[in-house]
Amino acid sequence: MLRFFLKRLTTIIPTVILASMIIFALQQLLPGDPAIAISGEEKDPEVIAFIREKYHLNDPLPVRYAYWIGGVLQGDMGESIRLQQPVAQLIVSKFPVTLQLAVMAMAIALLIGVPLGVLSAVYNGKAMDYAANILALWGLSTPNFWLGIMLILLFSVQLGWLPASGYVPPTENLWENLRAMILPAFVLGNSIAAVMMRHTRAAMLQVLSSDYVRTARAKGLSPRAVIIRHCLRNASVPVITLGALEFGALLSGALLTEQVFSIPGFGKLMVDAVFNRDYAVVQGVVLCTATTYILLNLLADLAYFLVNPKLRRS
Amino acid sequence: MLMRALWTPWKRTLASLALATGLAAALAPAAGAQTLRFGLMEDPDALDPTLARTFSGRMVFAALCDKLVDIDAKLNIVPQLATSWAWSDDQKSLTLKIRDGVLFQDGEKLDAEAVKFNLERHLKMQGSQRRGEISAIDTVEVVDPLTVKINLKTPFAPLLAQFTDRAGMMVSPKAAQALGEKFATAPVCAGPFKFVERVAQDRIVVEAFDKYWNKDNIFLKRIEFKVIPDTTVRLTNLRSGQLDLLERLAPTDLPQVQGDSKLKVGNAYELGYQTLLINLSKDNPLAKNAKVREALELSLDREALNQVVYNGEFLPGNQWVSPKNPNYVAEFPIPKRDVAKAKALLKEAGVTGPIPVNFTIFSDNLSQQSAQVIQAMAKEAGFDLKIQATDFGTALNLADSGGYDLMLYNWSGRPDPDGNTYNFLASKAPLNYPRYNSEKADAALIAERQTNDPAARKAAWKDLAANVLTDRPLIYLFHRKLLWAYSTKLTGFGDYPDGLVRFTGLKLN
Repeated sequence: MLRFFLKRLTTIIPTVILASMIIFALQQLLPGDPAIAISGEEKDPEVIAFIREKYHLNDPLPVRYAYWIGGVLQGDMGESIRLQQPVAQLIVSKFPVTLQLAVMAMAIALLIGVPLGVLSAVYNGKAMDYAANILALWGLSTPNFWLGIMLILLFSVQLGWLPASGYVPPTENLWENLRAMILPAFVLGNSIAAVMMRHTRAAMLQVLSSDYVRTARAKGLSPRAVIIRHCLRNASVPVITLGALEFGALLSGALLTEQVFSIPGFGKLMVDAVFNRDYAVVQGVVLCTATTYILLNLLADLAYFLVNPKLRRS
Repeated sequence: MLMRALWTPWKRTLASLALATGLAAALAPAAGAQTLRFGLMEDPDALDPTLARTFSGRMVFAALCDKLVDIDAKLNIVPQLATSWAWSDDQKSLTLKIRDGVLFQDGEKLDAEAVKFNLERHLKMQGSQRRGEISAIDTVEVVDPLTVKINLKTPFAPLLAQFTDRAGMMVSPKAAQALGEKFATAPVCAGPFKFVERVAQDRIVVEAFDKYWNKDNIFLKRIEFKVIPDTTVRLTNLRSGQLDLLERLAPTDLPQVQGDSKLKVGNAYELGYQTLLINLSKDNPLAKNAKVREALELSLDREALNQVVYNGEFLPGNQWVSPKNPNYVAEFPIPKRDVAKAKALLKEAGVTGPIPVNFTIFSDNLSQQSAQVIQAMAKEAGFDLKIQATDFGTALNLADSGGYDLMLYNWSGRPDPDGNTYNFLASKAPLNYPRYNSEKADAALIAERQTNDPAARKAAWKDLAANVLTDRPLIYLFHRKLLWAYSTKLTGFGDYPDGLVRFTGLKLN
């Protein structure tokens, strides 16, 4: 297992370097000059020249890449042209927000998706199965921004139970933090739960028809033990893969949900940065999410080892 | 049995969730009394009056930084940090009397030296956005502790109007020297509220400054500016009581707010305009022939556009200031739609067949709807407008590099008409996106800058209109209405044409 881990780690480093180059190059393909985009309404030529000079915008592409990657290696991801704050500081302040949202959304998705998937497979073709499938269809087909606004209208405007939007750091007030995060987490979790449910159901159906499950039942094991210990464990490999991918996507920022609930996370940071041609921020955020994505995939691979002893031996 | 086995823990979770939500409702704290929660459409840029560029930044400055002079609801210039002013006879110097006893939020005194420091900072700081606005200033002299004399290189009538905005905002010299280019991280000014904290893309918090010179008229204790870009979401927050006030309400949401007894609407016509820019450097009939441009204008029905896209809330116009502005040139009223005449003009110009024109617009909803209406109207006269929606950054680049034929553009406006004209219309001015080059227009623009005499300036505006409205480098379309929505708990709200809220006199009941 350690060898596998080390082998995977050696492929990660070139992947991250390649990703950093692609991020940098793609960014330059965007039409629009950052100096003009941020020089204000007046477009004073002196201001434009100053911005170009300050952020090395006059230098050739490879030189700018060298400046950037050199800085990144020393922990300096540059400065946001618009907000005039270090990019690393922005990322450090936004990441916990997005991480919390992602963890809560994932927890909600797992709590809804996996049990529903199991029930739907166990009661295949019965009312329970249909009900679960209808719920999944609902989850897949409701757009996040619509569901978000509907939930705000219900819980905030009509009932007045939860804040309509905003964010309170958990260190400041944990209770207020949870109140602000529950709706967005539910909105995000809702659509992922639907996908989870479908995957769990398919995997469970496959496992339920296998020989060892019949044997386990014949041995007189309780249905609960058969389902949880024998079936679910084996059916969880595809669910873990999916979970890692979805979690990675959540960590790169859930733009629409963050917009609707005004949560200052990665998605919002990123989109604002793209529109303002704030190169350093876009590069920093994408590099950060790409690295997280790659690491999560590594963790998913490791998780297979934990749930499937066969892989450990091979 | 299995159902029950799987359901039991799940049921517990659900029950605790329900309990949590109920508790949440019970414990939801009321916002502190006299804390105004103000929803902004975008996150302001640097909170340094010298470097700042965005409109939303000006909303925050209205709380943080007082200006030398202000404008009232009728666009008159009124005292703020300066109590009186006088121009020299040759119009080349302006003397300002500074209000006595004003303190910056760090306790430093605001005097003539501080004013001199600030104006020089605007002029000399690297990356200053104010330099262009006050570049006519040659030197600043301290006459006595409360008098400054500003000497100009050439007469520049709009100078005083520039001081009603960021160029007139005074920051504490001590704080500015200590923080250098990082001043925006902890701004110190002489306004009614002092800076507390800022969380990028989330909120900016300020609280009442207890030594403010006009503190008897400040009733709010704290203001939280919250950044909520989506108009629907901003309104939802206001309706649920998370906000007390929001800016830039969408005109389409107006009926909803008017139907809500707990909300009120504030409005004012903007100082700026929406316009069509025409790139005169292109080699196409629209650029080369003024008759073709006239035909394009005659194909448009501004009122219909206003009704269809903006619920009739905006004000049709054909000049750089609105028809309600005292500087509007009444001799040139809005031309009525006349498709027959437009077709005749095209015939006179010798242009046949549909005239293809690339029409660049910003990719927001309202711009797209406007563009489609304009496209349909122009088609009847014989124009074939091809709409190209692009993001703001790209559109600006196209405007700057001349890579467009026709563009739908908006300008936020300035109190003095000079701020709406000179930079767009003078040859080689930085915002002359149409590449307009007219000696007569240049002469009119120089004339309006050189005198403070209202009659002489009025004549200059008329000369400018006579040229620009026939050459048509721009076709001005309408003036947007600035809309605010606020809770009925908020009183003392006044409508100002610069689109900024004055926090003086505001009260939450």
